[in-house]
Amino acid sequence: MTLREQLREKISAAFYRHGLLCASYPVPIILFTSASILTCCYPLLRLPLPGTGPVEFTTGVRDYSVPSHEPQGDLGERPDWYRGPPVAYIQQVLVKAAVSPWDSSLVTVDVFRSPLSRAFSLLEEIRNHVHSDSSGIRSLETLCLQVTGLFPGLRRMQSVLPEHGCLLVSPGNYWQNQRELFDSDPDLLKTIQKHEPKGLHTSATLRDLLFGVPGKYTGVSHYNRKRVVTYTITLVLSSYDARFLGSLRARLKQLHPSANCSLRDDHMVHVHFKEEIGIAELIPLVTTYIILFAYIYFSTRKIDMVKSKWGLALAAVVTVLSSLLMSVGLCTLFGLTPTLNGGEIFPYLVVVIGLENVLVLTKSVVSTPVDLEVKLRIAQGLSNESWSIMKNMATELCIILIGYFTLVPAIQEFCLFAVVGLVSDFFLQMFFFTTVLSIDIRRMELADLNRRLPAEAGLPPPKPGPLRPREVPPPPRPSPHTITLQTPAFRNLRLPKRLRVVYFLARTRLAQRIIMVGTVIWIGILVYTDPAGIRTYLAAQVSEQSPLGDPGGGGLPPHLGVAPVFRGGDPTSTLSIHPAPDPTPLPENQSQGHHGSARITWGAEDEEGWRRLSFRHWPSLFSYYNITLAKRYISILPVIPVTVHVSPQEAIETRHPQDTRHPPPPIPKVSADLQTDLTLYKVAALGLAAGVLLVLLLFCLYRVLCPRNYGQNGVAHGRRRRGDLPCDDYGYSPPVSEISPLLLRGHSMDIECLASDGMLLASCCLAGQIRVWDAQTERHNIDFVGGATEPECLGSEARGPSVSGDGLSEEEDSYPLRHRTAPARPTLFTDQPDLTPLIDTNFTSQPPSHLSTPPREGFDFGGLVERAYIEHEPPSNSTYPSPSSASSSPPSGAQLQRRPSLGDAAAFLTQERASTAGTQATADWESSVWAMELRGNLIAAGRSSGKLELWDAVEGSLRCSNEDGVSGITALAFLNNRIVAARLNGSLDFFTVEINKPLCLLQYRGAPGRGSMPPSPCYSSEDVISCQLTRSVQCAHQKPITVLRAAAGRVVTGSQDHTVRIYRLEDSCCLFTLQGHSGGITAIYIDQTMVLASGGQDGAICLWDVLTGSRVSHVYGHRGDVTSLVCTTSCVISSGLDDLICIWDRSTGIKLYSIQQEVGCGASLGVISESLLVTGGQGCVSFWDLNFGDLLQTVYLGQSSDGQGVRQLLVLDNAAIVCDFGSELSLVYVPSVLEKLD
Amino acid sequence: TNTCSQTTNLGIRGAMLFSVGVFLALVLNLLQVQRNVTLFPPDVISSIFSSAWWVPPCCGTASAIIGLLYPCIDSRLGEPHKFKREWSSVMRCVAVFVGINHASAKVDFANNVQLSLTLAALSIGLWWTFDRSRSGFGLGVSIALLATLATQLLVYNGVFHYQGLQYTSPDFLYIRSWLPCIFFAGVITMGNIGRQLALYEYKFIQEKTHQD
Repeated sequence: MTLREQLREKISAAFYRHGLLCASYPVPIILFTSASILTCCYPLLRLPLPGTGPVEFTTGVRDYSVPSHEPQGDLGERPDWYRGPPVAYIQQVLVKAAVSPWDSSLVTVDVFRSPLSRAFSLLEEIRNHVHSDSSGIRSLETLCLQVTGLFPGLRRMQSVLPEHGCLLVSPGNYWQNQRELFDSDPDLLKTIQKHEPKGLHTSATLRDLLFGVPGKYTGVSHYNRKRVVTYTITLVLSSYDARFLGSLRARLKQLHPSANCSLRDDHMVHVHFKEEIGIAELIPLVTTYIILFAYIYFSTRKIDMVKSKWGLALAAVVTVLSSLLMSVGLCTLFGLTPTLNGGEIFPYLVVVIGLENVLVLTKSVVSTPVDLEVKLRIAQGLSNESWSIMKNMATELCIILIGYFTLVPAIQEFCLFAVVGLVSDFFLQMFFFTTVLSIDIRRMELADLNRRLPAEAGLPPPKPGPLRPREVPPPPRPSPHTITLQTPAFRNLRLPKRLRVVYFLARTRLAQRIIMVGTVIWIGILVYTDPAGIRTYLAAQVSEQSPLGDPGGGGLPPHLGVAPVFRGGDPTSTLSIHPAPDPTPLPENQSQGHHGSARITWGAEDEEGWRRLSFRHWPSLFSYYNITLAKRYISILPVIPVTVHVSPQEAIETRHPQDTRHPPPPIPKVSADLQTDLTLYKVAALGLAAGVLLVLLLFCLYRVLCPRNYGQNGVAHGRRRRGDLPCDDYGYSPPVSEISPLLLRGHSMDIECLASDGMLLASCCLAGQIRVWDAQTERHNIDFVGGATEPECLGSEARGPSVSGDGLSEEEDSYPLRHRTAPARPTLFTDQPDLTPLIDTNFTSQPPSHLSTPPREGFDFGGLVERAYIEHEPPSNSTYPSPSSASSSPPSGAQLQRRPSLGDAAAFLTQERASTAGTQATADWESSVWAMELRGNLIAAGRSSGKLELWDAVEGSLRCSNEDGVSGITALAFLNNRIVAARLNGSLDFFTVEINKPLCLLQYRGAPGRGSMPPSPCYSSEDVISCQLTRSVQCAHQKPITVLRAAAGRVVTGSQDHTVRIYRLEDSCCLFTLQGHSGGITAIYIDQTMVLASGGQDGAICLWDVLTGSRVSHVYGHRGDVTSLVCTTSCVISSGLDDLICIWDRSTGIKLYSIQQEVGCGASLGVISESLLVTGGQGCVSFWDLNFGDLLQTVYLGQSSDGQGVRQLLVLDNAAIVCDFGSELSLVYVPSVLEKLD
Repeated sequence: TNTCSQTTNLGIRGAMLFSVGVFLALVLNLLQVQRNVTLFPPDVISSIFSSAWWVPPCCGTASAIIGLLYPCIDSRLGEPHKFKREWSSVMRCVAVFVGINHASAKVDFANNVQLSLTLAALSIGLWWTFDRSRSGFGLGVSIALLATLATQLLVYNGVFHYQGLQYTSPDFLYIRSWLPCIFFAGVITMGNIGRQLALYEYKFIQEKTHQD
């Protein structure tokens, strides 16, 4: 044993023990892992939350010093970013200017023209300010931030923003800081407006940049009722010099003293800006995330065969995500701060760590044998994959280690995170995911257990006999009628949970409501958080309204509750703008300085006026000079307040000649606030419009996608009434099927066995009655009944031959024609139950409403029998097609359209003769029929008593019987002239049917025109048929044989002893014993091409090579028994007790897809053509497209929602499907397939 | 009708590959724009696409050709590609490819040799993880060399002496150091996608023939 193998074994054993541990103590382990995840993620709390909003930090001005680069121990609440010098210091000079006292001769332009003109002198003052002390002479030039050219592409800003030298902005920039240009400007507002961007703009505009206060606070407009103009001169300094700034402040205060100004000037605010994400960064980021989600989607889609797919997918994603968080947390704990952008590298980390291990684990665990204990399954699954998991992990670690040695810091950091992430992912996989998986598997098995019980109860009693040993042997039944058949639980059409949720949503219109509410909230948030929006507006309102927030007391000119009046040019309006509501009214024409009509007040909101600006104000100012503030900070120094009073004379002097000629555009009755807040209303209106549009769009979508009249768009179908169709709990009826099934009624009890050879169809019910129907398309000629305990009762049905395949969907008049009742032992008639339904033969064409009523013409059974006796004597051809016999049928008024074919006539001719012979052989009336096969016109019936009977299908006579065996016949195969019978005790009997005259083709049955159908050989009724036991294999299997199939000269048996055996038909020689299943065999498929597939109780499906006996493939597809198996040339279709239909690729054994059916539906399967699959459900059959797994159509077999499931399903050659449906047979044609075949 | 549907399928596959190529070209160009080094600078600065207009279509065409070539070569050589044929693996491959681009654009390397070596290691790791076929490797290397040569010629012949946006030589050396590796990784990725698409078509045709 090499070292590698030793290692492998050890790892495997360790994983096995670990799996046992996890599955044994799921709750403690999950608690433990959750605790460890939380512990490892704890350091993450200290990391800043993501977001792009700026962060502030306030320090005092007095003891300010530039912070050093190095982090210095514990600095209290000092943030991480507060290191090194800021990008710039911002010094704002806040100017409030007003013409005082207001003169009635002044025009509105005067409100701001002369105050703005003062900016030029102030600018001059600031530029020329020089501070000299012992350390030297400093001017603004030495301290300010020197800029060198605007960002290319901002040519239009060139004239406005300073291009060289100091970055110093003020409203004067509009006029290139030249007083002459200002004075000669005829329309100031136009100049200002010229640079405003068109359309909606909520971030920093040029006007905001230059004025330094939000547009509506500047007072530069025609509607400024306060007549105070506010603007700032913003100095951007590269270095901080307390003395220079102090002297500048003192100088300005001295020049323009601000009375009652109590602004605090001892705090400076440092603002740190986060990294900004532009569209160029966003698109690759979004792309990587899309790829990540696609990866997660495609990975988790592969999780299969578990109880809750979504739960496990969630667990897998949680595993990966929390391992990443753990890795970041651990790295932070050990002092490694992440410098990489977390959002950027995150997708790559997920992809590197991957979901593969999780999927491999799941797959490995679910493919362990189902019958094992959960603990052992987990352990085994884990140990199976241990080696590959370890190998993968080692490889990944190696790759990452190589990456670590690239010595590129970014890659090294990535690798470090990835390594820690990988290790913690492994830890979580082993502890968290394995445990979740074990819980899931346990839940699944519980659900299976619950489901299996009713499914078992619903199984037909004779068949499960061999399957379930406890039911063996069947108790002797005095009469077949005493068989208690548990009816399948009555259930409405059940919908899967997902659909129920969808229906619930649709019913309550939940989605629309949520979206509507969301839209409203979104609009609200938009309006509220908009920088120029309602919040700041409200804040301003409140602070202006409240006397507390206004240190100036009640000197406010009122602006609330405004009467719509003209102002401005109208001199008399001066009076009216100071109406009574003013709390402390001032004398109107007071001419003294500070108590002028335009009173300048300083409030707390002026202290940090920059807060009212958009948070993108500073970044956009700097970005014009190609300076980014991302991840850097600026320091904002306390403002220098400047109050300017301009005398009316000065205002008049600075007037431009055109100012008086331009009266303000009359916008009467519009509040000035409205004008400035137009942006806000625009936003609101647009948002509202968008919301309304969205809601309308959704509404339209909703109308289109889910119309209120559910199901009414279907084809209005003939006489079918909607109420008759099955409805689900929510009142939605399934669409009306275009294929109308034909009901073949006649059995009094549930149908047990079905057999067909393409021509005839034989069915046997629990009552032991065998009925033979003509399976041909046009005529549903129920020929005959071979009775067991009862005498034959015939219902014969004939339909007009004029109808060919396409006419099936239509209802046509047919007439029931009872042409013959065969006599049997008349004594038995006495103990007959009510047989009326047997005779009620008007099945196919009656509209359902008629069907729901009792038979129209309750036959008097006694009379019928009597007539049968009478009819027995004369030749039947006289009674059969003639109208006179029709008159004995119910007076339905249907015309007789039937033109009997030759074959029919012949058949009936022979029937007569044989009818007497039927009583010759003594039939077994006591036991029930367990198996039946039909070949030619011979029905082979295997009984519970071990008796094999051969009946003539046409005549209903018992031709011979064989009582060599005593054990009940569980399965029969009839091939050529051999019959193979499998018995309950595991033995296998080979019979040979010998006829004194060889097989001959006596007749064609069926319509003359159908030459394509192979003629079915018939045994002549003259022949004496004997059935000889040629060989009996006593111990073919250890346990009862459950399945027996014969094809291509081979007989294949499957048994509960987990093996499959192949026998040669000719010499009954056992060729192979196939072992590979870990449960009893439940389904076998073999066809002429020697394909052998077997399915067992372990949920496994094996494909075998019949020639060599080797196993081609072995797959696990089902939880619980495989109930049915069918193959096409390319795929294998299996159905299981788990209501799953799986489609496998036949050559590779790979599962192509699976169809989850409704719970408790039948497990019967049939393949009509290469691409058309039919499955039986509750009272319906469904057609599926095999290529894509789409449901093509569901055909409801009966009216109303009776819970009868389709238990057996037979596909006939002419693309018809026969299925049993309680006590009825249903014949369904697939017209489209018929067309294809033609 | 069979051949007709086959050509339609081929067309659909080609179109899908083309659109994937165009999309990736646009996105990856954006990454390079953030570094302010695009190979082919745009005509107009304010244009939406961050590169000359013909670059994305070229990338799309190239990826369509590569994506169709790979399955074709596989079938010619008679060694069908069996390694990790799942969509999740393809997605992983695409993600790693974008990651390589991201690294080349965002990570500051000490010198170009280091960049080249790292990217080469990453690309070969990509091949080893998702492809592992000799034909894939050969095709990748040859196409990468050809494409690098073509771009060099294009740039040297001065197709882009536009607006004076000539490359400075360090920029150009930088581009030259990552271009072959990116091309190689791109070829492997597109080949992977193409093979996966072809797998679907193969299955479809198989079913169709059975149906017929």
